[in-house]
Amino acid sequence: MTILLFYLAAFVAVIATSLVITRTNAVHALIYLIVSLLATGFVFLLLGAYFAALLEVIVYAGAVMVLFLFVLMMLGLGRDGEGRERELLQPHLWYGPAFLCGVLLGEWGILFLGWSQPFPLHAVDAKQVGISLLGPYFLAVELASMLLLAGLVGAYHLTELQRRPGA
Amino acid sequence: MSAVPLTHVLMLSAILFTLGMAGLLTRRNLIFMLMSLEVMFNAAGLAFIAAGARWGQADGQIFFILILTLAAAEVGVGLGLALQIHHRFRTLDMDKVCELKETEP
Repeated sequence: MTILLFYLAAFVAVIATSLVITRTNAVHALIYLIVSLLATGFVFLLLGAYFAALLEVIVYAGAVMVLFLFVLMMLGLGRDGEGRERELLQPHLWYGPAFLCGVLLGEWGILFLGWSQPFPLHAVDAKQVGISLLGPYFLAVELASMLLLAGLVGAYHLTELQRRPGA
Repeated sequence: MSAVPLTHVLMLSAILFTLGMAGLLTRRNLIFMLMSLEVMFNAAGLAFIAAGARWGQADGQIFFILILTLAAAEVGVGLGLALQIHHRFRTLDMDKVCELKETEP
């Protein structure tokens, strides 16, 4: 049963990803990308990586995609922005992502209503991850924090130039 | 109760990575190129998680967290760059941005 759920989630991920790279409207592509990330998060759940599945949904499908959406809305504020908004409100554009999300939701229901064994043998929980992260991988955590600081400074610098084009 | 075979997860990861690379090579819009990069990061993270789950070690998830921070930093800088390019060139078409004196196709 687990393997059937895996194949279904993998199918959803591949379909959504191929729709991402073929859409012409960036917002539609972004919605399919969110579906693809949710499907990958479900695969993580099936593999016993619960902490990574949570991070995938919260950080990737949540924070990073909202950042994309902000930038798309900032760039799409031209004269055609209103027409595009009106086009986005048409319900038939939501059928594809809603169907794929419905498949994932059904899988989630099957998993947690006990029709399938939710806990694989090699589950790695958050406690093990935390112990390793602040033990042998402490230097990697420091490097990641320096990387995030560099990204923060870089993003701030780039958008600061945006406000003062003559500088 | 059958567990998911490692080979099939790695195949899914390879397919997702290839789709992301195809998107990166075919699309010329900077936003779509960044999205394809996200797909590729995600596929690499899936491979790490699969290997970590196969041997029951936490290392796979730790490297997934590192990939997550890398993707977050990359998206921050990349989207700032997209705003800047849109501001200066009034386009997001990467073939139109030829400031390094490469030949426009």
